[in-house]
Amino acid sequence: MAKQMTTSLSAREVSGKIRESLPDAIVEATDTAVLVDGQSLPQVASFLKNTPGLDFDYLTTITAIDYYTYFEVVYQFVSMEHNHGLVLKARCYGRDNPTLPSLVALYRSADHQEREIYDLMGITFEGHPNMKRIVMWSGFQGHPQRKDFL
Amino acid sequence: MELRTEPFVLNIGPVHPSTHGVFRMRATLDGEVVLDLEPVFGYLHRGVEKLAEERTWSGVIPLTDRLDYVASMTNNLAYVLAVEKLAGIAIPERAEYLRVIMSELQRIAAHLVSVGSFLNDCGAYFTPFLYMYRERENIVDLFDMVCGQRLLYNYMRIGGVSQDVPEEFVPALRLIIPRLRSRIEEYEWLLKENEILLARTKGVGILPRELAVNIGASGPVLRGSGVKWDIRKADPYSIYDRFEFDIPTGEVGDCYDRYRVRAEEMKQSLRIVAQAVEQLPEGPVRADVPHLIRPPVGEAYGHIEAPTGEVGFYVVSDGSIAPYRCHIRAPSLMNLTALKDMMVGWKMQDLIVIFGSFAITMGEVDR
Repeated sequence: MAKQMTTSLSAREVSGKIRESLPDAIVEATDTAVLVDGQSLPQVASFLKNTPGLDFDYLTTITAIDYYTYFEVVYQFVSMEHNHGLVLKARCYGRDNPTLPSLVALYRSADHQEREIYDLMGITFEGHPNMKRIVMWSGFQGHPQRKDFL
Repeated sequence: MELRTEPFVLNIGPVHPSTHGVFRMRATLDGEVVLDLEPVFGYLHRGVEKLAEERTWSGVIPLTDRLDYVASMTNNLAYVLAVEKLAGIAIPERAEYLRVIMSELQRIAAHLVSVGSFLNDCGAYFTPFLYMYRERENIVDLFDMVCGQRLLYNYMRIGGVSQDVPEEFVPALRLIIPRLRSRIEEYEWLLKENEILLARTKGVGILPRELAVNIGASGPVLRGSGVKWDIRKADPYSIYDRFEFDIPTGEVGDCYDRYRVRAEEMKQSLRIVAQAVEQLPEGPVRADVPHLIRPPVGEAYGHIEAPTGEVGFYVVSDGSIAPYRCHIRAPSLMNLTALKDMMVGWKMQDLIVIFGSFAITMGEVDR
């Protein structure tokens, strides 16, 4: 292991690097997270995975949060080689059929997690090979993790 | 003459002794050989993440007990660490030590269950399992002593632990450390080069290193594949940087390696417990945290190395007395991602062994 502790990379610094090769991908960079445009998510993830020095090979967690006006999907990346981490966020608007591109082709750890988000939050991940409910049964109506689900 | 065979679908589970809970594998078989496999889960889904949104921050702790119910202590710890990170709470020294002692004892207890049930799945029906349970009983008795519970401990609190250990705890712990060590070594001696165990597990269900990282595997499953990644070393939480211990890893990532990693980890955990109990300071065990804590608006991700792997809590606060969102990263769920890749081509009997080597808990997969 390279370092003693997993260091969080400066989101602003990394977003600068992403901007060099993907100028339209970044929406905003805060101290802790990079907010990217939903549609360019696979390109950004591919950049993070394949750029020497970044080498984010491990996608730890995917979470979706319902903020009523939009859904925020949070990706936690870790590089085992350099022992550093980065938080990536993407937003999708609309409650009827929010969609985001899937990352399964790059990180298979997204497989079950994206299915879970689809099941519980109702966000469809385009390009996922098996986009169906995971914990609720197939005939279930609605998405129970949403804030308006009672 | 070549005989033609017809593939057929076999449902294993949801209620089956070797599925470790309510889990279904929809296997397509050609004779005995697995052609395709689809894991089906959700039978134990209780909606813990949704329930958490309707409880106070400290009211979520008992819910976390019920995730990986053979390792309640570590679930508690992952959650309280995330909340403490969010609220910026420092906890007393003695509480840190107690947390480490409890977590490591929990790891031994959980690995004993994992190894015992794994051997059950290999066909050593219940004899090793009951011996493992006998040793686990020692640890459960200690937990009973500190919190009055034997399965769902609800011991950690935001800002420390619920109560100090009773006087007789430390002597009792000192007594069981050598006993556990000699017993674990004895079982290892019996199992390590056991002909049947080797035949059933060596080279079976190989999870290659790259795949293990790509599917987000963690814990003994990841380390069995030769990746030296342990949150206790990679991103030390609590006071793990003060103890000496090694991270055992496997070589090829087969079922035997995963078993070996668990067996070695038990010994490493005993080392940590022995060091922690010697250093255990006096003092308070709980910081002054209000019961109805309102962490500042924001979000935090706290993660730990639980017996099954990386348990993480992503908590979001809107400044109220309840979490706005509480996402649980369940290692068992992630470890199952490559189930099909590992099982296709193996015989049906191996399927049970491969599944057993993951040592998943359905309470955590479904949540």
